[in-house]
Amino acid sequence: MGTSVTLEFEKPIVELEKQIDELKRLAGGQQLDVDQEIEPLQKKLAELRDEIYKNLSPWQRVQVARSAKRPFTLDYLQLVFTDFIELHGDRAFREDAAIVGGWARLEGETVMVIGHQRGRDTKEILKRNFGMPHPEGYRKALRLMKLAEKFHVPVITFIDTMGAWAGLGAEERGQSEAIARNLFEMSRLEVPIIATVIGEGGSGGALALGIADRTNMLENAVYSVITVEGCAAILWKDGKSQEMREKAAAALRITAQDLLELRVIDEIIPEPPGGAHANHETTAQAVHDTLARQIEELRRYKPDKLVRRRREKFLRMGQFLE
Amino acid sequence: MAWWKKSEKKARQPRRERLEIPADVWEKCEACGHTDIREKFERNLNVCPNCDYHRRIRAADYCNLMLDDGSMEELEVELRSTDPLGFPDYPARLKKAITNAGDTDALLACTGMLDSLPVNIGVMDFAFMGGSMGSVVGEKIARLGVRSLERKYPLIVVSASGGARMQEGVLSLMQMGKVSAVLAQLAERRIPYISILTNPTTGGVSASYAMLGDAIIAEPGAVIGFAGPRVIKQTLGQDLPEGFQTSEFLLDHGMLDSVVHRRNLKRTVSQLLRHMSGRPAATGWAAS
Repeated sequence: MGTSVTLEFEKPIVELEKQIDELKRLAGGQQLDVDQEIEPLQKKLAELRDEIYKNLSPWQRVQVARSAKRPFTLDYLQLVFTDFIELHGDRAFREDAAIVGGWARLEGETVMVIGHQRGRDTKEILKRNFGMPHPEGYRKALRLMKLAEKFHVPVITFIDTMGAWAGLGAEERGQSEAIARNLFEMSRLEVPIIATVIGEGGSGGALALGIADRTNMLENAVYSVITVEGCAAILWKDGKSQEMREKAAAALRITAQDLLELRVIDEIIPEPPGGAHANHETTAQAVHDTLARQIEELRRYKPDKLVRRRREKFLRMGQFLE
Repeated sequence: MAWWKKSEKKARQPRRERLEIPADVWEKCEACGHTDIREKFERNLNVCPNCDYHRRIRAADYCNLMLDDGSMEELEVELRSTDPLGFPDYPARLKKAITNAGDTDALLACTGMLDSLPVNIGVMDFAFMGGSMGSVVGEKIARLGVRSLERKYPLIVVSASGGARMQEGVLSLMQMGKVSAVLAQLAERRIPYISILTNPTTGGVSASYAMLGDAIIAEPGAVIGFAGPRVIKQTLGQDLPEGFQTSEFLLDHGMLDSVVHRRNLKRTVSQLLRHMSGRPAATGWAAS
């Protein structure tokens, strides 16, 4: 659900960062030159980050993907795009702040950006409902996509949710229908669609923004048919223990590398050493460059060819014997 | 003269002897406890004669129910699930499911005549791993859809599923996109698609093709929803209202066109298809 607490396996990194800060503080106060002492520490820090992030287990990646320190959709809107104006509401029931969207510019050209939005503090987390949308969120997203299509503007989505909200109101107002409608309409939208999983891509609630010409995942993002906890609870009657979560996370093959191998995604966007949260700007730059290049590629296709290729791409998905 | 004559009393057979029916032909309704001979349940399409509780039936039963006698032909019989992720125990579970439920996976794909109309029909089978949707289910429906596009036959899908098949991970999730993309093509070509929901229809199945029908009809009392009742109970921390997520609840909330008794499924679908494909009304159905 997003937490600012330090992750267990990141503690050595945080410790070392503290040491360096302490040294700097001392040096600042007493006009001492401590560069010689700091330099090896910083080298060690870089190595430590590299080492830890290279060897993340799938379950650790889930924790990184959910971290509230990572950049969210609105952060990317600030760092990657210009001239953003947010649009609200599904025109039927209400505004759902778990999905944000609106017009923005990528390298000066207008695009429609739509993404799940999580919160960092309690107030924001509640406002955003943990980034878990109700049907009206998905209907707002579809409204914005149709608007983009009307004005021949590409759609860029950011996926960052544990899943669609499970609750009374969500069911009453047709969570299933809302998600299904998005899959249906996105498969025939006559403008380019690029989807990027920036954190956790949870099940149908993620896919409802995910029928795209190009699908990217950030290096430490995950994308799954069910939450790791849910899978462990159903199969092994234990969604709580570390051991079963590790087992489920590994079994489900949810890392960016896994999805690339399964040919579900097209590209992995690299994160800086220590993960996206270690440096929002570097991460945003990589996202920017990937999106800008992909939009250029996709602009070459006429609408009917674009749609045909998107459909064919999804028709190829899956593995079976014949 | 007395206008009736008292006849000699015949020795009657003892009642107990007359009703001597072997114990194993009796069945009890899971919902109301009504006890009746099995044949009566079966003649009533496995619907309780007393309370109308719709029992779960197999995919082949639905095909027999929907298609005209002798017209049914099974399609895509060669498709088999594989283990793309190397998921723990999946090959063993598949093997067990094939032994118990047959080798059609969780969907039986057929073509045939429905009330003299050619149709393609896919029926999910809950007996095969809870009707879970993996690559084979998705591929079979997609191919049925493509076949419908080529021949301009209406498509019917009967759903019974707990959702996507976990053991095929994100590939199962992508089947939702795959099938929805084919259904969008059917819609563009104005080929009717009818979705029939049976108990249960939840998760990734309800959040894709189940809710995309030109008409969506459900059997009475089916559990239909995105999240299962257990999950919602967990998020809420309280019990769910009576009748929540049943067919009747969805009808009330505008999510279904109609709740239809099993015995009326075929005629309802026939009527809908005839309206949507510009054909004359069927003859032979009694007006009701």
